[in-house]
Formats: sequence, C-alpha cells, structure tokens
Amino acid sequence: MTETIGLWVAALFTIGIYSFLYKENPLYRLAEHLVIGVSLGYNIAITYTNVIQPKLLDPISSGEQGAWLLLVPAILGLLYITRFFPGVGWLSRYPMAFLMGAGMGVGFPLSMKAQVLRQLEASLIPLYETGMAWDVVIGNVVMVLGTLAALIYFFFSKPHKGLFFGTGSKIGIWVIMIGFGATFGFTVMGRISLLIGRIQFLLGDWLHIIE
Amino acid sequence: MKRSIPLAIVMVGGILFMIQYFIPHQHSQTLFDYYTQWAPIVGAFALVLGVGSLYRLHSHKIKRKAKNWQYSYAVLVPLFLIPIFALIMPESLGGGIMQNMGGDRVTQGVFDFAYLNVQVPIQATMFSLLAFYIASAAFRAFRAKSALASILLIAAVIVMLGQVPIGELIGKWFPKIGLWILRYPNLGAKRAIALGVGFGMLATQLKIIFGVERNWLGGAGK
Repeated sequence: MTETIGLWVAALFTIGIYSFLYKENPLYRLAEHLVIGVSLGYNIAITYTNVIQPKLLDPISSGEQGAWLLLVPAILGLLYITRFFPGVGWLSRYPMAFLMGAGMGVGFPLSMKAQVLRQLEASLIPLYETGMAWDVVIGNVVMVLGTLAALIYFFFSKPHKGLFFGTGSKIGIWVIMIGFGATFGFTVMGRISLLIGRIQFLLGDWLHIIE
Repeated sequence: MKRSIPLAIVMVGGILFMIQYFIPHQHSQTLFDYYTQWAPIVGAFALVLGVGSLYRLHSHKIKRKAKNWQYSYAVLVPLFLIPIFALIMPESLGGGIMQNMGGDRVTQGVFDFAYLNVQVPIQATMFSLLAFYIASAAFRAFRAKSALASILLIAAVIVMLGQVPIGELIGKWFPKIGLWILRYPNLGAKRAIALGVGFGMLATQLKIIFGVERNWLGGAGK
C-alpha cells in the first residue's frame, strides 16, 4: 500500500516538474518548494546521525577520555547562531575563521598535489613505446601537445604573437574547442539517459505500459 | 576583535596546517587528527544558519502574505517534520531512518518515504529537464558560423553518436573515434584547464591565508 502511494506521489511530482516545459504552474511550484524543504530536512537528520551524535554527543555522554575538548568545536559552532543577532553578529566570524584557516592550510598542499603535480605527472608520458598501437601514439602526441598548447592559450602575460605564443595559442584554442564539444556531447548524453530513466519510471513502474 | 582576530586565526591556522603536512611527527599527526575531528562538528552547526535563514525568509513571506506565500508551507512543513520523524518519533509511528539508502524501494517511515518518493524523483526529473534546454542551447551554440564553432559541433556530434547504436551503424570505427576524442584531445584540454584551476585555487588559498582576500568576513557588525 505504502509503495503504491509512493509510486503515485513520485509520478505526480515527475509530471509536475515536466509540466514546466509548457509553462510555470502551481504543481511545478509545489514540487519546487517541496524539494527544498525535504532535502534540507533530510540533511538535518543525516547531519545529526552522522556527525553530531557520533562525533560530539556520544563521546561526551560516554565520558571518553579527553572528550570535553569537543566542547571547543561545539561552542565555536554555536557562535554561528550569533549571525541572527545584529549586535553580536561578528562573533560568527570565529567559527568561519577556524574552518577557513585550517581548511586552506590543509587544502594547500593537497591542491598542489592533486591539481598541479598529479596533472603534470600524468602529462609526462612516453609518446612512443615498442608495440604501441598507432592511434595511441597519435593520441599521446595530441594529448601532450594539446595540454601545452592550451596552457599557452591561458597564458596572458605575453602577447599571443610569434611562432611559440602565436601558433601555440591558436592550436590551444582548437584543442579547447574539441574538449568543450566532447564535454557538451557527454553532458547531453547524460541528461538524455536521465530523461529515459524518468520516462521508463512513468511508463513502466507507474503505468505498466512497458516492461 | 571584530576583524583582526578572525584574520589572525586564519593566518596562524593556515600556516600551521600548511607546515603540518610536511612534518612527519606524532605531534603533527595529532594536530591534524584534531582538525579532522573538529571541522565536521563546526561545519555541522553551519546548517543551523542555513535552516534559520530559510525559516526567516519563508515565515516572513507567510506573515506578509507575499506573492505565492502558500508555497512557503511546502518548504517549512517538511523542513521540520522530516527531522522530527527521523530523530524523535518511534518506528511504530513512522519514525526512524532507513539503514541501507542504496537498497531497493523499501519504505519504512516518513523519512524514507519523503526521500525515495519526493526528493529522488523530483531531483532526477529536474536534471532530466535539462535535456530539453540543453538541446535548445545546442541549437544556438552549434551554428557552424566559424571554424572554431564547427570543430565544437563536429566533436560533440561524434561523441554523442558514438555512444548510441546509430553510431555503430554508420561504421564500426565511429564509436572508436568518439572514444579517441574523449581520451586524448579532450583530456589534453581538460588537463590544461585543471592546471589553471589548480593554480587559481593555490593563489586564492594563499590570498585568504594572508588576509588579502577578506570577502568571507561578510558585513556582520562591520
């Protein structure tokens, strides 16, 4: 019974969202508002059960050694609420400062590793090895030169003139355009498969027209 | 007190944790453990701020009977009811949280019902709605007016057709070209963009740590 009601509710809201394709209407607006309330309510419940309870309340209530130190982040966190009171609103900067400072400090070497060094490392590949297929060899050359050319295109400290910067940036924009085209195509296919999934839900799970 | 101390906390914390990464010592690891323990707790309380702001916005809308105020109930009712059912109500009254979120469509209570039958279908449909808009965006963007726009169009068409059965009907080589574009030139462009983003992130992190970038302070209390 609950499952049948659930199916009808899900189908109603699915149609409600699609009805926006015609024009904005009360059912769409209801679904739009409902999803905000539900997802935030969901987040509150999940944050409590995954963070507040196991990482703060349980250690303190069970009297774990050194658990009283957890009162420091709890008090810091509570300072966020001061944002609602204009006179003391500036106190909410303290928890933000903790998260920003420590987060940036922890994030700096990790960003350097993941976003810069790993990318450079992945670009330093052998262009040719014995037994390598010809399409892989061409691909490796295109990838390495493409990365270099696209980087030249993004380098604005020198005018894009001459053999290195001029030709490099021209090849760079071509490579970037191919990348954008491929990404666009990939995104379209992703959205289409989501659409197929919803149509399958409506025609299969709900109406049983298709298997 | 209002601006200098938070800025000092950011600078000291930033430098400390940046150095910590390079010191393989027990004390350094303990410091990092404190961060990993404390940060989610502090971050979790930020949710109170979000919920409070949303509550204020919608309760004001209801009080003032602003345009479409009735829909504000659709935000506020589940916002408070779902946590109450999930955390306070007993299972016999529809309370509790589903243990296995990746499982089948088994509804056990109000929380699971709302998640599986309201949130998941609405979000999936909203994303799928983009299939229609992305098609009209493609019509505008893909007009082969220049060589660069043409190359964008060709790459997108090959990648799209390469992933569906019609691509294989055109030729067995067709999906391979699509895959080759994704694997090599696309990766080259992505890698250059990732490097640019990486350098941008590093610069922004340094600007925040050293107090050059201060927008995060906001305007509360000046």
